[in-house]
This record gives sequence, C-alpha cells and structure tokens, in this order.
Amino acid sequence: MKRSNVSKKLAVIMAACMIVPQASVMAAEGEAAGEVYYLNFKPEADAQWQELAELYTAETGVPVTVVTAASNTYEQTLMSEIAKDNPPTMFHVNGPIGLENWKDYCYDLTGSSILGELTSEDYALKDGDATLAIAMAIESYGIIVNKTLLSEAGYEVEDIDSFEDLKNVAEDITARKDELGFAAFTSAGMDGSSNWRYHTHLANLPIYFEYLDEGISSTDTIKGTYLDNYKAIFDLYINNSTCDPAVLVSKTGDDSRNEFLAGEAVFYQNGSWEYSNLVGEDKFSDDDLAMIPIYIGVGDEANQGLCTGTENYWCVNKDASPENIQATLDFMYWCVTSETGTEAMGGGEGAMPSGEAGMGFVIPFKGAIESTNLFVKQDAAYTEAGKTPVSWNFTTMPSQTWKDDLGSALTSYAAGVGSWDDVVSAFVDGWAAEYSYLS
Amino acid sequence: MEKTIKKFWPIFVVPTLAAFLVGFLWPFLQGLYLSFCKFITIDKADWNGLKNYIFALTETNFQHSFWFTALFTIVSTICINIAAFAIALALTRNFKGTNTFRSIFFMPNLIGGIVLGYIWNILLNCVLSLLGKPLLSLYAPYGFIGLVILMCWQQIGYMMIIYIAGLQSIPNDYLEAASIDGASNWKVLWKIKIPNVMPSITICLFLSLTNGFKLFDQNLALTGGDPNHQTEMLALNIYETFYGRSGAAWKGYGQAKAVLFCILVIAISLIQLRATRSKEVQQ
Repeated sequence: MKRSNVSKKLAVIMAACMIVPQASVMAAEGEAAGEVYYLNFKPEADAQWQELAELYTAETGVPVTVVTAASNTYEQTLMSEIAKDNPPTMFHVNGPIGLENWKDYCYDLTGSSILGELTSEDYALKDGDATLAIAMAIESYGIIVNKTLLSEAGYEVEDIDSFEDLKNVAEDITARKDELGFAAFTSAGMDGSSNWRYHTHLANLPIYFEYLDEGISSTDTIKGTYLDNYKAIFDLYINNSTCDPAVLVSKTGDDSRNEFLAGEAVFYQNGSWEYSNLVGEDKFSDDDLAMIPIYIGVGDEANQGLCTGTENYWCVNKDASPENIQATLDFMYWCVTSETGTEAMGGGEGAMPSGEAGMGFVIPFKGAIESTNLFVKQDAAYTEAGKTPVSWNFTTMPSQTWKDDLGSALTSYAAGVGSWDDVVSAFVDGWAAEYSYLS
Repeated sequence: MEKTIKKFWPIFVVPTLAAFLVGFLWPFLQGLYLSFCKFITIDKADWNGLKNYIFALTETNFQHSFWFTALFTIVSTICINIAAFAIALALTRNFKGTNTFRSIFFMPNLIGGIVLGYIWNILLNCVLSLLGKPLLSLYAPYGFIGLVILMCWQQIGYMMIIYIAGLQSIPNDYLEAASIDGASNWKVLWKIKIPNVMPSITICLFLSLTNGFKLFDQNLALTGGDPNHQTEMLALNIYETFYGRSGAAWKGYGQAKAVLFCILVIAISLIQLRATRSKEVQQ
C-alpha cells in the first residue's frame, strides 16, 4: 500500500515536470508571434547582448535568446546549431567568402526596413540581386603609436607620413635601442593568437593596391605586384622588434600587447577593437596614443588613411518560420534605431542601462551615435582631412587554409629557415589553387 | 536465477543497446552516407557520388599525413611500451616507496592533451631556443621528436599500471620454481614473465596503437601541423579539410577522409589483436 502511494506521488511529480515547461512555452506563444535566436560572433560583447536581449523582451514581449560561440569556433557552432529544430534566426558571416558557405541559408533582405537604415549600399553583401547580409560594425586598423616614447626618441607622429619616414624612425630607434631602453615594434608574434595581424591584416595592403591598379574588387588569380613592399614592411617589423626573429613563432598576441603596455616598444600593429585593452586605469590615456596608417611605400602615401572596413555581417535564417523572421528583422531594426540599442552598440563607458560599458562598435547605420573610441575618432579625422581609407580586401582571401599557409611561410622566413620565395609562392600560387578549390 | 534473468533482461540490455544505437550506430551510418555527399549542415546534403573518396585518396597532404602518422605510431608505440614495461618491472620489486612512484608516473595521464601540448610547446621551445636550434613549428623533425616525447610522457604511466597488474597476477609458484631450477633473471623475464603478461601486452599495444593513430589534441597544440602541414597527422588533416575552406564540397571530402580513417584504425587494431592474442598463454 505504502509503496503504491510513493509511486503515485512520483508519477504525479513526473507528469507535472512534463507539463510545466509545455505550459510556459504555450504562455510565451500566446504573448508574442515570433521569437529571436541570435548566434553572436563576438565573445567580448556577450554581456551587452544578453542585457540588450532582456531589455527588448521587457519592452516588446518578444523572447530573444543570445548564444555566443567561443572564440574561433563560430563556424563549427553555427554548423551544428543551424541543423537543430530551433535554429538561430540571426547569425554572422565574415564576408563574401564566408557567405559562400551560408548563402543557401540567408533570407533576402531586399526591401526590409533595416536595409534602408544602412548609410551606404557598400555595407551590404549581395548574391545576384538578393541582399543576403549587412555589415553591423565597422572597424579600423593601423599602427598604434605610443606618443610618449616616440617623443622621447625625438620624433612626433606628424613626422611619419610615408614608409620611408617610418623606416627611418624605426631604424634610428633600433640603432639607439640600448640608450633609449625600448624597441621600435612589439614582437610580430606568429603564434596562432596573433599571426592574423600579418597573414590577414598586413597582407591586405598589397592586395588593396593591386586591386586599385587593376580596378577590381576581387580576383581568382593574384599577381603579387606589391609583394616586395610587403616584404619591406615585414622586414621592418621583425628586424626592429623587441625580440629575435627566430623566436617569433612562439610569441603570442598577449606578449605583443603586454610589451606595448609596458612601454617596451613604440609601435604596435592592431585595430580599433584593441582600444579597451590599452586605455584605462594603470594603462594609457587617450593623450598617449595615436593610430597611423600602415605605409608600405606604394601609392599616394600622403593621402593614405587607416585600413577601415568590416568582417561582421548579419544574416537572417531563411528557414526560420515567417513570424520568427519578422521578429528577427524587428529586433535588428530596434538595435540600430532605438536609443537603447544604438547606445548599447556604439557607446563606451556606462552606455548600458545597467551602467556597464557599451559594445563600442561603429555601426554603419543612420542612427549611429558618435564613438568614444580614440582610434575610431582618428579614422573619422583622417577621412575628414581628405585621406582615403584603405578598404578591407582581405575578406576576398580564398580560405583559412590560404591564410594559414601564408602564415607558416612567413614564420619560416622570419626565423631564417625558409626563403621569401616560399612566401611569394604561398601568396600567389596558393591564391590561385585555393580559388580553384572554391569553384 | 535463470528465470529472473529471463524476466528482467530488457532492463539490463535495452538502455545500453539504445545508447549504442542512438549514440554510435546511427551517427556512424549517417556519417557513412554523408561521406558520399556535399553538405554544410547534415539535413541538407546533396549526393556527390564517389568524388569525395577519389579526392581524399589522391590528395598529397592526406598521403603525407598518413605516412607521418604511421611513423609516429610505430615509434611512439615501441617507446611507450618498452619504457612502461621496464618501469613496471622495476616497481614490482617490493622496495620502499613503489606506491608513491606509481602515482607519480601515472599522474601525467590525468592532464588533458591540449594543456599538455601547450605546456610542452613552451618547455621544448625554451630548450631549443637556448640551444640555438629552430623551434618546434619551424623544423618538422623536431616537431616529430617533440610529439613522441609528449606522448611517451603522457602514456607511459598508464601502460605501466596495466603491466604492473599483469606482472602481479603471475603466480608466485612459477617464479619460485624457476629460481629453484636456477633460471637467470633474463630467462625468467623471457620464459615466464613476458608470456604470462601477454594479455596486458595485447591491451597496451592496442591502446598505444589506436591512441597514436587518433592523436589530435596534442598535435594541434604542440605544432599545429607546422611547418607547412609537415607535422599534420591524420585527425588534424581531416579537421583542416573540414573547416579550412568554405563551400559544401569540403565537408564531403573531410567526411570521406574520416570514414577512411575509421576503417584504417579498425583494420590495424584487428590485425594487432589477432597477432598478439595468438601469443597469449593460459595460466
């Protein structure tokens, strides 16, 4: 008798367990027509997106789930998430090559309200007539300068506006390294956490100038016209650095940043996203820093700006239900037009309603607020002064394999065990081979 | 007893069987199907016929990875088992502190492969840079030696425990009889100990062979396949094929390689099991 009582109670509890989640789902469905599931690409902005999602749900009743993929695992996470019964309704691609994988899953955004908010059509990715992805954050990179150290060495930022100037300053600092107590460049780390600064970002420059010459925006056979200039700047980096080129392979991104923070080097190639790591208590203030263009000795250097572009594009999942697609479009529109949304995405310290820092992005939408990021402000100032920003053509690099192979060749070259010809071959022949694989 | 088993067998069999079907057999069959397809996500796969297999079998990097992996497996299996057996012999001699030593030798096995890979990467690179030699990811032979050292360090303790268990299960009568008959230590080792620990040798060889072939974490963390894919083992090659390039075809190629890899590992382990089983003796 007793036993059957227990089992009855158990049965009731188990049944209740099954009904309760069901009931809450039904309640949620009753309130809102659709829901949003955003698979976020940027781990550094996870907390802000979670807060924004809650705020949006409180305001509209539409449930928003934000899941952030761990660093460097976005593609894998997206592949497994999108095959599930409740796939992300909103996800990222990193440019035209990234879109190649996902174009069959992207909803055509033509005619949507968010597309009308873009400041320029250039920020949308198209496949034929269909607009499949739109940029959500614009970033800049260049050479970050420690102005205090530079003036200790007897120079000012204004003294550098060509590759020749940069080379003279860097080599002079190296010549007086012992006397000054610091080097010209932070270690050009070729560890996986940092080599993208060279095989992707630095490699953008010879590609940009070649595209400019040819009047093209992508190609399946690169000539490598400016690879000698690429060699010159890479040589400058590795021969005027804090460490011996042979050990660069083991140097990480953190090493490079820490050297810069510790005042061991004047120049540090990185981007506007690095701002929050460099400025703050016990770190630098805005007055100590500047970002200058990466000069490689090509083109009109006096009018060259920072490298500015994006590899963050939003897509909407075509296979989501119509009401979820609509809910997602509404959420995106709210993010880039509402006061809360634009503050959160573009603001700095204290921009979130909870008092936390905002995401600090420059968003390419009409409602964008002015950024507090020094490097972003500098980019705007350069453009205002009539300088032409260098566009991000590295989004047309054929594959991750191409980048890795180039990185490997650069590393061997830096260490003196490989030749520059291997780098050229990885760059030019690798490009053609990888593009042939793509089709 | 028989009756109870007849009545309750589903309780014991069904959960395991279900887990096997859902967690192993179904994904395996689906993987087999996908290896003939182009796909990004598994629910939208387009048939691609034998092209994936043709690509996998003709790709030079994959062939290089196979030979590199095979060489690594042979060298590491020999090193690990000889060292583990020697330590096991030493630690079954009843001197003071054997238990402490056993624990210490076993400990490296408790650390994950990725972590070990990064730690050894720093250690070995420090040594190499002090010696003025190229670092691990710059010179493939050093990368290879580094991988062998790392694997030995991690696996010897584990295999040692298995060998110790084997050595301890040899009946003392055999050893006493041998010593009364005046057999030398060498003879005891070859005629009594080794034939009697054959089951342990079977297991240890099986484990170190398959571990060697399937090595991924340590490879990724220690050399990442550098320089220029020269230290890329099979599992890492499959991973790079899968994620290194955009486009549906590459997932199919990676999948085909994974199926070939699976068949290869199963075949090698079966051959090895058959070969060593035949040497086992009944006590």
